Amino acid sequence: MLILTCPVCGVTGEETEFHGGGEAHLKRFGPGSGDTEFHGYLFTRENPKGVHFERWRHNNGCGKWFHAARCTMTLEIFGTYLAQTYEPPQHIKDAITAKRPGWKWREFS
Amino acid sequence: MSDNVSALDKASYEGFVKVEEAGLRGMITLRGDLGSVKIKNAATGVAGVDMPEQGHANSVEQSGLAWMSPDELLVMLPYGDVNAALAQITKHLKGQHYLAVDVSDARAVFRISGAGAREVIAKLCPVDMSQDAFKPGQFRRTRMAQVPAAFWMGEDEAVHIISFRSVAEYVFNLLKNAAAPGSEVGYLNP
Ligand SMILES: [Zn+2]
Repeated sequence: MLILTCPVCGVTGEETEFHGGGEAHLKRFGPGSGDTEFHGYLFTRENPKGVHFERWRHNNGCGKWFHAARCTMTLEIFGTYLAQTYEPPQHIKDAITAKRPGWKWREFS
Repeated sequence: MSDNVSALDKASYEGFVKVEEAGLRGMITLRGDLGSVKIKNAATGVAGVDMPEQGHANSVEQSGLAWMSPDELLVMLPYGDVNAALAQITKHLKGQHYLAVDVSDARAVFRISGAGAREVIAKLCPVDMSQDAFKPGQFRRTRMAQVPAAFWMGEDEAVHIISFRSVAEYVFNLLKNAAAPGSEVGYLNP
């Protein structure tokens, strides 16, 4: 079971108080984009064994969306951070590096 | 005139704790920047209690303020005082970016009291209810079995619970079941 801390309201709860929202840091390709980009935006997802970045919503709590960095193999949470960002903040990257040196996920490492 | 009644009209149950539906309660959802002095003053002005810290609620009898999120407060007050309070908020926050809505009839309020109150909540919500983790004054939004709920604890360790009115009967049945005599676990009160 995942234990998540909501970075908005500060509550630490288990995953049934939250709702997963899929992969984080997707860039939207909408009208005017090419078929390949649009296909990638709609369908291409990471499916890593290890470090992963996801969106979560505190749906039975404050109701806000946030991001979580976690390990899909151990269910360990490296950290959670606010949704208003295009990439994981440095302290999250550092926390992952401390436990999974050499990690890489899409363009982040 | 219509005779307004709460969802379960003050039903109560005596188990190893006492479970009561608390009757009608005035509630206003106030959204805006909780860092703003004007918003804070509008809320404390109608509720008559201090501004609660993050994750807390301040309450005196029927009135109180609960911290719902960084942009949302729950203002509680006697059921009959809501319209006057809304008018006061509207006047106070003229020109500000905010939202204030009467949600009194969308909610049900319960109170559970007695030595096992923490245990009843712990059976139903994924929240650490040990005395070190959850203290009087703290306010928690979570789920109660399958529905959203929020609760806080007064100084007397009675727990006040808010749910949606549409699931009031479900919540009351959950609480009754969790408080049934003979079902004490005793983990939190050794
Ligand atoms: Zn939250």
